Amino acid sequence: MAEQVFKRTKGLTERPFHYCPGCTHGIIHRLVAEVLEELGVLEKSVGVAPVGCSVLAYDYFNCDMHEASHGRAPAVATGIKRVLPDRVVFTYQGDGDLASIGTAEIVHAAMRGEKFTTIFVNNAIYGMTGGQMAPTTLVGQKATTAPYGRQKDHAGNPIRMSEMLSTLDGAAFIERVSVNSPANIRKAKKAIKKAFEVQLEGKGFSMVEVLSTCPTNWGMTPKEAIKWLEDNMIPYYPLGNFKSPEEVK
Amino acid sequence: MAKVLMKGNEAIGAAAIKAGCRFFFGYPITPQNELPEYMSRELPKVGGTFLQAESEVAAINMVYGAAGAGARVMTSSSSPGISLKAEGISYIAGAELPCLIVNIVRGGPGLGGIQPAQSDYFLATKAAGHGDFRLVVLAPASIQEMTDLVMESFDIADQYRNPVMVIGDGMLGQMMEPVELREPKKRDLPAKDWATTGTAGRNYRNVINSLALDPAELEKHNLKLQAKYREIEKNEVKYEVYNCDNPDIIAVAYGTTSRIVKNVIGKCKEEGINVGLIRPISLWPFPYDVINEYADRTKAFLSVEMSTGQMIDDIKIGANGKKPVYFYGRTGGMVPEPDGIMAEIKKILGGAK
Repeated sequence: MAEQVFKRTKGLTERPFHYCPGCTHGIIHRLVAEVLEELGVLEKSVGVAPVGCSVLAYDYFNCDMHEASHGRAPAVATGIKRVLPDRVVFTYQGDGDLASIGTAEIVHAAMRGEKFTTIFVNNAIYGMTGGQMAPTTLVGQKATTAPYGRQKDHAGNPIRMSEMLSTLDGAAFIERVSVNSPANIRKAKKAIKKAFEVQLEGKGFSMVEVLSTCPTNWGMTPKEAIKWLEDNMIPYYPLGNFKSPEEVK
Repeated sequence: MAKVLMKGNEAIGAAAIKAGCRFFFGYPITPQNELPEYMSRELPKVGGTFLQAESEVAAINMVYGAAGAGARVMTSSSSPGISLKAEGISYIAGAELPCLIVNIVRGGPGLGGIQPAQSDYFLATKAAGHGDFRLVVLAPASIQEMTDLVMESFDIADQYRNPVMVIGDGMLGQMMEPVELREPKKRDLPAKDWATTGTAGRNYRNVINSLALDPAELEKHNLKLQAKYREIEKNEVKYEVYNCDNPDIIAVAYGTTSRIVKNVIGKCKEEGINVGLIRPISLWPFPYDVINEYADRTKAFLSVEMSTGQMIDDIKIGANGKKPVYFYGRTGGMVPEPDGIMAEIKKILGGAK
């Protein structure tokens, strides 16, 4: 009999994803779920879902879940973690949720060193609402509310959340990864695991920013989208670790 | 326990801690700051957590998370801050979570002022956020009653899985009166088997949520909420009827204004005018039936409010056209004076002859 080399993680429910073809949310969900399973913390995990494409994440992660209002996941996670300090708490948020409407919540959660983990999925656009400009939309990138492309003089330059949050002492682990290639997917999983380990060690706030594609709203095939991410997003949003517990004084 | 002299805002904190509340999330705003200050001092002593949030928005969402995790939790604010909490309150009501929200009301609209007001009656009883939902709204008129209601509010919230708002004003928040922390009547409270505590020890996942994309499912959820609200209306109406045996007119007032009306009742007696008082203690559920019953025994009602007339609508619903409903109020932080109320009563009764 053939050896089974891959199986569905227990960290995900049986519910089929609603995500568009080629969207990388599915990969990121799997990585988070695998990490929770491998760390043996599924049964003591509480996830906080955002508003955005991953609003239904509460149907997919096979643990207790709390659906937050738009941008407020870090505040909700703060409430949960303060009540249940020995549980594993994470938020899963997109760029509209975390980098626009929820900037105050994420900055202050990081400032306080809240001991939860944030998975920040940056696809440089509002996906769920149909392709509007996000704070992370690149200059020149077209969106339904930036039909001529994002203009720097009008909407400013896109925000780099990992760099910004890594300036805060309370942030113990900040890393930006991408899921554009098998090698980078492996690196992404390693970073996600590290982020949860930092939480388990009680060292402070941890976040992994994951560069993600949105073929539907970028108007590309999945393959073109991966290429666009490599050619445009990675140069502006450099991959790498911005903060590790060793640097926290 | 012996009575101790306490300031309203601090008495709320003492009552909450006594009721087992161990989590407080808030943001500074006048005139309720003594409450978060008290909690920041006292909660750590009992193993609780006080956390000053970055905004009222964050504070109510911390409450949302903590309540979902099964804790007894509260926040407090004053009118402009409550406006900011509106979204979160709607989510908490939609997800059916218990918590206490204290609103020490100040004059509005906008930044308004910091003096006592009752101009958040609409907000509290009709529209504390978007969607078809209700808050239980309790309005104490003394510091003793404030502590009683705060303690009971946690039980009410747990029994019905519904947020409760205790509403006061800067006058009640700042005044000192003797209080005794008294246990409320024992209620049979359901287990919080819905809380997001991790799935360990159970074979199902708990999901705290207010999203239902299927309209049929959302309607079903809303009808379930409505059935709960009917149950609350049946069980939780609180009011005081004072001097209503043979009234010429019945004043309806809650909180601070009801105390002023009680003074007016004495003064009117000296002039041979018999004024009754119906004091709603629960603003929602409102004592409509009591108003309707007493409509048969009075010539008129007078709503006395520190607003331009908000509760008057509910009195009219209660009176259902049986008797006229008049209004007297001051707004913007001005407190009605007994003479003003008395002059209005004389005007109404003179006109009714």
